[in-house]
Amino acid sequence: MFIINCPYCGERDQTEFSCGGEAHIERPKQPTELSDDQWAEYLFMRKNIKGIQFERWNHIHGCRKWFNVVRDTSNDKIHAVYKMGERPPIK
Amino acid sequence: MKNKYSIFSLIKNAFSGHENWQRAWRDPEPKKEYDAIIIGGGGHGLATAYYLAKKHKMTNIALVEKGWIGGGNTGRNTTIIRSNYLWDASAGLYDHALKIWEGLSQELNYNVMFSQRGVMNLAHNLQDVRDLKRRTHANRLNGIDAVWLNTEEVKKFCPIINTSPSIRYPVLGGTLQRRAGTARHDAVAWGYARGADEMGVDIIQNCEVKGIKRNGDTVEGIETTKGFIKTKKIGVVAAGHSSVIANMAGIRLPLESKPLQALVSEPVKPIIDTVVMSNAVHAYVSQSDKGELVIGAGTDSYVSYTQKGSHNIVEETLRAILELYPIFSRMKMLRQWGGIVDICPDASPIISKTQVKGLYINCGWGTGGFKATPGSGDLFAHTIANDEPHKLNAAFNLNRFVSGDLVDEHGAAAVAH
Repeated sequence: MFIINCPYCGERDQTEFSCGGEAHIERPKQPTELSDDQWAEYLFMRKNIKGIQFERWNHIHGCRKWFNVVRDTSNDKIHAVYKMGERPPIK
Repeated sequence: MKNKYSIFSLIKNAFSGHENWQRAWRDPEPKKEYDAIIIGGGGHGLATAYYLAKKHKMTNIALVEKGWIGGGNTGRNTTIIRSNYLWDASAGLYDHALKIWEGLSQELNYNVMFSQRGVMNLAHNLQDVRDLKRRTHANRLNGIDAVWLNTEEVKKFCPIINTSPSIRYPVLGGTLQRRAGTARHDAVAWGYARGADEMGVDIIQNCEVKGIKRNGDTVEGIETTKGFIKTKKIGVVAAGHSSVIANMAGIRLPLESKPLQALVSEPVKPIIDTVVMSNAVHAYVSQSDKGELVIGAGTDSYVSYTQKGSHNIVEETLRAILELYPIFSRMKMLRQWGGIVDICPDASPIISKTQVKGLYINCGWGTGGFKATPGSGDLFAHTIANDEPHKLNAAFNLNRFVSGDLVDEHGAAAVAH
């Protein structure tokens, strides 16, 4: 349980948000060209990092907008929040 | 050779103040090389080591554990055992485990306190009723005991349930598996450890894996906090940390690790003599032999390795528990904790070879791994020893995410996943 700083609404409790999982997974540009292995990689395989993870969140009980969060999954500390389409502020 | 535990050894040791019990397992330093190494000293890992030694005569093996054995999810679950899964592959897997449970205390000469007190799954809406009835039929076709109970029969089986039609999610019936029940989770780890140790397996605690050495597409050994250990076969049974270990070997898994919570109440006199689960309102409860109510809550919705879990999840579960069991309204909760569960997209486990030769993985048990402990160990040992899956775990291969042949138990099992 933690506080998330929504880029549109400000600080709110995590329960107002819904987690959309790992961020920056690019949708295949040529879906018809993909092999089964590449589909599996895109659809199912995840980094599932213990440490700094980039992920998508939606302020589902607020402005309902999507944005990105950089969070340390080993202690739930949030290092950065940035809007969709923006570059991650940290590596 | 280990002394046999019996009523006589208990009496004999009582006379010497229980100070002369033989050590249950050794505390060896790692050798330079083993025929196989198991990473992870939970129930599944210890069972794997036990069956590798017992059934496949591989005794020059080691099990490495970063903390102490049984300190992860083995000691954090709600100890429920059942096999009433919908799909044939799952039914085969979990009933294989249940059959081993039925003779496990005798086999290990260790009382795992397996208690077939029955598991009842409640239905709270029309779709629940349809799904659970369908599952009952599927179970019986697979030779698994299952019966459908109407509301009166539910009330008769567990009188403290509030079956009033006026509650928010009224009880419309339920299924019952009488062979299902609970076991003492720590004893399972200790029993398998003692048995494996007796056959020569080195159980190495406080030994964290830091890297996996590969030569091309073959494994060569593991880097640990106690140095490099050479081996040709590595079995990864690291539950919530499976992705972390897999990453060391350079492969990715279809897993997400999330905190799953449980809690126990203060101990009270016997009040509930079975296990009752309710998926729709997410509440399940049983009573431990100490008298505590054992309550399972849900997972957080985001990846985390914190072993804590959020307060709102506990609140939701207790809300549901209170509506179903008004008699518990003044109970005090004693302890709450979280474990990190590794969840597959289809909510079924992976017991499989990988694309790296000599690297085997047993993971993805999600929120329901404890019940499968003996079966999982047995089948994973078979897979490692023969470099081929057993027919019961063939469907649970890693390649199913490429082929699309998923074992989708997500909604099908009608329980908390």
